[in-house]
Amino acid sequence: MGELRLMKGNEAIAEAAVRAGCDGYFGYPITPQSEVLEYLMSVKPYETTGMVVLQAESEVSAINMCYGGAGCGKMVMTSSSSPGISLKMEGISYMAGAELPLLILNVVRGGPGLGTIQPSQCDYFQATKGGGHGDYRLYVLAPASVQEMADFAKLGFEMAYKYRTPVMILSDGIIGQMMEKVDLFDPIPRRTNEEIIKTCPWATTGKTANRERNIITSLDLDSAKQEKHVFDLDAKYKRMQAEDTRFERIMCDDAEYLLVAYGSSARICQKTVDVARAEGIKLGLLRPITLFPFPTDEISKLAGQVKGMLSVEMSLGQMVEDVRLAVNGKIPVEHYGRTGGMIHTPAEVLAALKSIIIGG
Amino acid sequence: MTEEIIIAGFGGQGVLSMGKILAYSGIMQNQEVSWMPSYGPEMRGGTANVTVILSDSRISSPYLNEFDTAIILNQQSMDKFEKSVKVGGTLIYDPNGITKHPTRTDITIYTIPATDEASRRGNARIFNMIVLGGFLKLKPVVEIENVMKGLEKSLPKRHHGMLPENREAILLGMEIIVKK
Repeated sequence: MGELRLMKGNEAIAEAAVRAGCDGYFGYPITPQSEVLEYLMSVKPYETTGMVVLQAESEVSAINMCYGGAGCGKMVMTSSSSPGISLKMEGISYMAGAELPLLILNVVRGGPGLGTIQPSQCDYFQATKGGGHGDYRLYVLAPASVQEMADFAKLGFEMAYKYRTPVMILSDGIIGQMMEKVDLFDPIPRRTNEEIIKTCPWATTGKTANRERNIITSLDLDSAKQEKHVFDLDAKYKRMQAEDTRFERIMCDDAEYLLVAYGSSARICQKTVDVARAEGIKLGLLRPITLFPFPTDEISKLAGQVKGMLSVEMSLGQMVEDVRLAVNGKIPVEHYGRTGGMIHTPAEVLAALKSIIIGG
Repeated sequence: MTEEIIIAGFGGQGVLSMGKILAYSGIMQNQEVSWMPSYGPEMRGGTANVTVILSDSRISSPYLNEFDTAIILNQQSMDKFEKSVKVGGTLIYDPNGITKHPTRTDITIYTIPATDEASRRGNARIFNMIVLGGFLKLKPVVEIENVMKGLEKSLPKRHHGMLPENREAILLGMEIIVKK
């Protein structure tokens, strides 16, 4: 066990990034994630590990600073909330195309547009189906606790380098702002320049006599080459699906009905499961931990066991489309959720389950 | 043991910090804890509230629709949260500034004149610790020694000189809370 602290989700992920050996954070403040930047400025990692912490003049600047840093093999991170993530999308698409590792934190707030500063899960489509342009995917992790905010910073960097891809941590105002107990992992030293040269042979670390120039780009005017590049990306996404799909089963073994929920909504649904079980309803919860790759096989399997599924999201219903694809018409799949910064209560979820699924 | 608490009042009354001290106290005795604040525009000069959960087992939802205990420190919060106390639960409030007193008969209601006591002592900053003391008298979910450790953790070091007066405030709150 490492070090035990009471922290906000936003503080935990900032501390974890320093401990994971991050080389640089570039961001711009926006509620409800400003504590990430504030925390980093208060612990001053530039005086200890040498990690750069920089408040850029805009989100667009911040993401392009990440692009530059990652191109040199550096372990970089940015964070924002929904409207700010939209501004970063061009850079994220470029980095996916250029195959660069990056950790992005989105502490989601209600939208569309400037929306509201309250928690929401309305950015599922943006995180999992593009957001930026082009045939690309992000590896998307959905933390449901402050502990996972810390743990997923480390895991996120591992995945970013394993697949040479931007990784998004899709959090929200609840997980970002709440405080819980966190068991912090021991610090890992930042990689030396020699280690970066050795482990990132693709990076622009300075050309040596015995190799070709490394070029970081997302552009290829030769369409045949570009098609091959996109096919290669696709092979990588399929490998993510095969090797790194993550989910948690909660009371699923004997379940007759199933809730599917991620992040803070999964926490609310856990309480719904407890209350339903006390009433004699055999309810389970499947919590996707990775939203891409999505736990399609597991949901497909559960479709052979339960009578109906309710996808519970703080949105109009976005993940429900992926649940339906996995279930493929075998059983009813519906959505329930508040949106626009409103949060559904455990009791509202149970009432919805009864009226839409059990009674429906 | 699971205790689900809402603390609600004006920004500046120490609502969020009272919750934080309670959460830290829980950690000091190996409990699971969660602290979920309101962080919206209402915080900027209006009402503030925080949901604190202390439990011996894993905490599911940090966001709740009903509470074991509501600690209510202004009228707006009374209007909003009196109805959210579980049947058989506890409502604690400071009558100062309350015009519409709680009327439910299926919960137990206590009053604590913390504002008056704090101003009598000329120290508004101990207000929230007086209230916390009242709560702990009714619900000894954490031991006072662990509260002191929690205080030490959540107060910046430069304020550690204030620890004794905070302890006295907690003890005072334990004395002055009364059943309505």
